[in-house]
Amino acid sequence: MTDIFKLLKGTPEDSDYKKKGVIVQGITGAYGSLHAKNMITYGTNIVAGVTPGKGGQKFEDKVPIYNTVKEAVDASGAKISIIFVPAKFFLGAAKEALEAGIKLLVAIPEHVPVRDTMEVLDLANKKGAVIIGPNTPGIMIPELIKIGIMPATPFKAGKIAVLSKSGTLLYEISDALTNAGFGQSITIGIGGDPINGTRMIDAFDMVKDIPDLEGLVVVGEIGGDSEEILAQRIIDIGFKKPTVAYIAGRAAPKEKRMGHAGAIVMGTYGSAESKVTMFNKANIPVAKRPSQVPVLLAGKMQQSD
Amino acid sequence: MRLLEFQAKELFRNYGINLLPSKASTTIEEGRKHAKELGYPFVIKIQVPVGGRGKAGGIQKCQNDDEFELKYPQVLGLTIKGEKARAILLEKMADIKKELYLSLFLNRSKRCYTIIASPEGGVEIESVKNQIIKEVGLGEVSDQVAREVAKEMKLEGKAADDFVDTLQKLAKLTVEKEAELAEINPLAIMQDGSLMALDGKFVTDDNSNFRHDELQKYQEKTEIEERAEKSGFSLVELDGDIAVVGNGAGLVMSTLDMLSDNGGKPACFLDVGGGATTDSVYEALTLISKMNRVKGILVNLYGGIVKTTVVAEAFLKAYDDKLINLPVFARLKGTESDKAKEMLKNSRTKIYDSVEEAINAAVMGIKK
Repeated sequence: MTDIFKLLKGTPEDSDYKKKGVIVQGITGAYGSLHAKNMITYGTNIVAGVTPGKGGQKFEDKVPIYNTVKEAVDASGAKISIIFVPAKFFLGAAKEALEAGIKLLVAIPEHVPVRDTMEVLDLANKKGAVIIGPNTPGIMIPELIKIGIMPATPFKAGKIAVLSKSGTLLYEISDALTNAGFGQSITIGIGGDPINGTRMIDAFDMVKDIPDLEGLVVVGEIGGDSEEILAQRIIDIGFKKPTVAYIAGRAAPKEKRMGHAGAIVMGTYGSAESKVTMFNKANIPVAKRPSQVPVLLAGKMQQSD
Repeated sequence: MRLLEFQAKELFRNYGINLLPSKASTTIEEGRKHAKELGYPFVIKIQVPVGGRGKAGGIQKCQNDDEFELKYPQVLGLTIKGEKARAILLEKMADIKKELYLSLFLNRSKRCYTIIASPEGGVEIESVKNQIIKEVGLGEVSDQVAREVAKEMKLEGKAADDFVDTLQKLAKLTVEKEAELAEINPLAIMQDGSLMALDGKFVTDDNSNFRHDELQKYQEKTEIEERAEKSGFSLVELDGDIAVVGNGAGLVMSTLDMLSDNGGKPACFLDVGGGATTDSVYEALTLISKMNRVKGILVNLYGGIVKTTVVAEAFLKAYDDKLINLPVFARLKGTESDKAKEMLKNSRTKIYDSVEEAINAAVMGIKK
């Protein structure tokens, strides 16, 4: 199983413990450069950028830019990369990263064709690499490392793990958690696509054994059955940490795609009722509003005391 | 995008899947010509992008001219689950021995294509019994795999051979056109043992549109939807009176839920996306101004990627230009939200600290 903390932080013996290098693919684009700057400000160790044709230049006078991921990896030794290229170039960029030895790939682009995602996952499996996304806000350990596009302010270091399909709801709910005194040990953006590199259940497996984990928040939405599968796993392994869920899309009409490529109810498949029913079966309360999440979490914690 | 039956069948025909003779029309004049060419008896089938056509009276047998004159306009005039007829398909009637089910779909949890087949088709997938389910990776279906499925279906002779052929052709079509679902239900065994696709459902991956110019003729979009897409928005029109605008699909869905919980009726779902600018939000307001049913606008923005001041500017400009004359109930949070509030202080946009307050105000404000 993937030790996501080892990938993100390293181990105390590493010379770069807690400052693992990250490569930004598409660092000179408007979107890539904005978020590269934000990540640097947050404290993420951005060691290289990649933009074909701009090799040899420097980003913000500091970060060297390379033409290929291979050159960037050879020069920096980084195992983590974040991709900011238009969706139609994602397949090429992701394959290049995996071939160059990247082990954690954060895939920001929205509108990536599903076939391209499946092809990338196939290669990632062969290479033993983890893909977060596509169509994800990214992954972060608050106050340590941010690999993504999330704003800094909602997050605070703590002991709650947050898994979310949606970006803005991740910010909204983390903000509410932070204000209620619940910091986060890690937040993982699953992404809003039908096919996810790291599924809800994979993300759960990454966080469930965190030694000082005090709670889990799952932010789901209509479409697919990843929430149901997660709820079943929680039942099966008897996971006892206080867990609260939120599901967006209760009022959405059937057979309509609600913004995210994956947010669509087909018949009863993917419906909010199905997800809420399964969470209830797993004894996990489902919040009606984002602001209710910390209240329910506090309630669960009291019960388990 | 979801293709209509006759469009799906066009693709099936191109890939050599067996079909009965059929013709699509949109007027009775055209239909009369097709009736002559096909000859009676045939079936009149409404073309709508939803299931449940048969139960709603959208599929009628037709034996002669009198029946045709009576039934064609009836079927053309139907509305099924809110969907009007896009066309009418006339299809020759067939002598069927048995109905099977066959589909390939994108299996989200297993992250691969999956075949579902059953010897008992002709009903909706939820009720299909004895399902044979086979995962097939990226969608390649070898002769051996197709044979295995045919065997599990207990098909023999010509029916088995035809099934293997149909399944492989359907898989090729699914992969090449990047479908999320390709379904033949029913797949009929005829008296001579041959197989015919009597219905077709085909849903493609919108994100792969850029690779499929040949499918764009099937795209059905209103002017408003087309403009929204051009601006990088996600828009779903609904039938209420409060337009819901926000950034991020999850946040807008959540706002829709809370509005509905409070008795409000959303007029649309409008996600301006991460790359919102003054121009794009102004365009969003332009689109909303074209929806006659809208009586108020509920805005829920969690800035972060989006600067809320950018949105405030767009509102001010929309009022200045007299583009909108509607009350706006807004919750703006995130980068520069204090500045955005200040900018909008004297406008018709009211700013609230929480989304709950904004929703309550919107529901009360619209009732008045």
